[in-house]
Amino acid sequence: MSTRIPVGPQHPALIEPEHLDVKVDGETITDVDVHLGYIHRGIEGLMQKKNYQQNVYIAERICGICSGVHTSTYSEGVESLLGLEVPKRAKYIRTIILELERLHSHYLWLGLVAYEIGLDTAFQISWRDREIVLDLLEKITGNRINYAMNTIGGVRRGITKEMQKETLQGIDALWEKTKYYKEVFLKDSIVRARTKNVGVLKKRDAERYSVAGPIVRASSVDFDVRTTNYAAYADVKWKPIVRHGCDINSRLDVRIEEVFEALNIIRQCIENMPEGPLKTIVPPVVPKGETIMRTEAPRGELFYYIRSNGTAMPERVKIRPPTYANLLALKPMLIGSELADLPVIVASIDPCFSCAERVGVIKEGTNKKEIFDGRRLRMMKDAP
Amino acid sequence: MTILKKIVNFARLKSPYLLHFDCTGCNGCTIETLACITPRYDVERFGIVEKGNPRHSDLLVINGSVNKKMEPRLKRIYEGMAHPKAVVAVGACAISRGVFFDAYNNGKPIDKIVPVDVYVPGCPPKPEAIIDGIVKALGLWKERLEEYK
Ligand code: SF4
Repeated sequence: MSTRIPVGPQHPALIEPEHLDVKVDGETITDVDVHLGYIHRGIEGLMQKKNYQQNVYIAERICGICSGVHTSTYSEGVESLLGLEVPKRAKYIRTIILELERLHSHYLWLGLVAYEIGLDTAFQISWRDREIVLDLLEKITGNRINYAMNTIGGVRRGITKEMQKETLQGIDALWEKTKYYKEVFLKDSIVRARTKNVGVLKKRDAERYSVAGPIVRASSVDFDVRTTNYAAYADVKWKPIVRHGCDINSRLDVRIEEVFEALNIIRQCIENMPEGPLKTIVPPVVPKGETIMRTEAPRGELFYYIRSNGTAMPERVKIRPPTYANLLALKPMLIGSELADLPVIVASIDPCFSCAERVGVIKEGTNKKEIFDGRRLRMMKDAP
Repeated sequence: MTILKKIVNFARLKSPYLLHFDCTGCNGCTIETLACITPRYDVERFGIVEKGNPRHSDLLVINGSVNKKMEPRLKRIYEGMAHPKAVVAVGACAISRGVFFDAYNNGKPIDKIVPVDVYVPGCPPKPEAIIDGIVKALGLWKERLEEYK
């Protein structure tokens, strides 16, 4: 006999609102349905109503955790439409911000996983150390979250010599702390018992579901968009981290190693920071055309498609965030595992629903579900 | 007021439970609100504990505006909370829908749906500001508790 358990939209194990419809047989999960749409705001529609410069700020507010990577992907997309070459110094600063963001996102994730497996102390400790990263971000950009650092044609603020010194000190401190995490998360027997062979995603499944980011790299697929050399990644030495365990333990391993890589990249960027302007002159009109820009957000591949028709506003902006790809992989991970492992498996893909929800197609009515077609969506958009 | 009631009220005053509900915003305000329970800011100093169950909670902290799908859920959560209660709206989205004010699926500001006691402006506000808002709401809640008896 199977029982249905609704999880969410407001649930202690979930930070963001989503709804999981879980079917269980005893303690074993037999089926799961993911319902979304609680955070759908209509950002792609909104971006068609604003001009290119305003859209930088909207892109920033798609997601508070990866705000830097959204703005830099959008800006680089528009820059490629304009055929602009961004100053080298701006590229280095962008890379530093992107990597600081990856640090804070990975610390946040480590904390959440620790919390879900019951290690409250580790949660508190990793969030305490995350504050070091946020302090650095606040010193460099002026804000802890939503930095407003990128703009079309470059960056808005420089990094002074003093700040560079402080950043290097912060990085050294984080290096020591991360070594300790490595001990705790990879050697501790309790953590191993809760994460080894849990939430398994085989290599074949990972490829079939087009999973992205640290999850696919933990399933022994070597896929990291940073190898396409956007920003300043061509000038620094780094390598993608790949692990072969396919379970939550390997995902922990990948992310902890990526923290070390990120610290390394920031150090190299600061040491080799070139002099020069922060921003180029941007022509007022974006010519007709279309472009695709891909970057590696902390959670995986972020994809922007921008089409311009020569007016002040983009004709279409399509965004595909990493969670959209990773969410589908929840199904093979969850089916067959214990109900008690559900929170940690959901947390292990590091879902970020405010990114994923820009096009909701299923509307939950009183008790019927309807699919919205494009015409009705457009009607909704035009309605006041 | 009976002695027992007095003791219960005294205990409630010293340990309010907080329910954090994330609506239709970006994650910015959510992680800043969560940062309040971590060692740097630590609202447990005031006896505040974050809880997942609306029926056990005294304070409701809301982030982000509310879209059509979320609206009935928010109402239900608010109505499920025991009396007296206080509501804090955190962030520009919760107060006036922020940058998304003319997006097609961004329903209403929160105070059109549930009564809001304290507004914390910012996009996102810093954790210090959020704590200040929560403490102010606690003051209001205290008055209500005394009236309620
Ligand atoms: S107020 Fe700003 S930071 Fe907060 S949810 Fe809205 S857009 Fe995000």
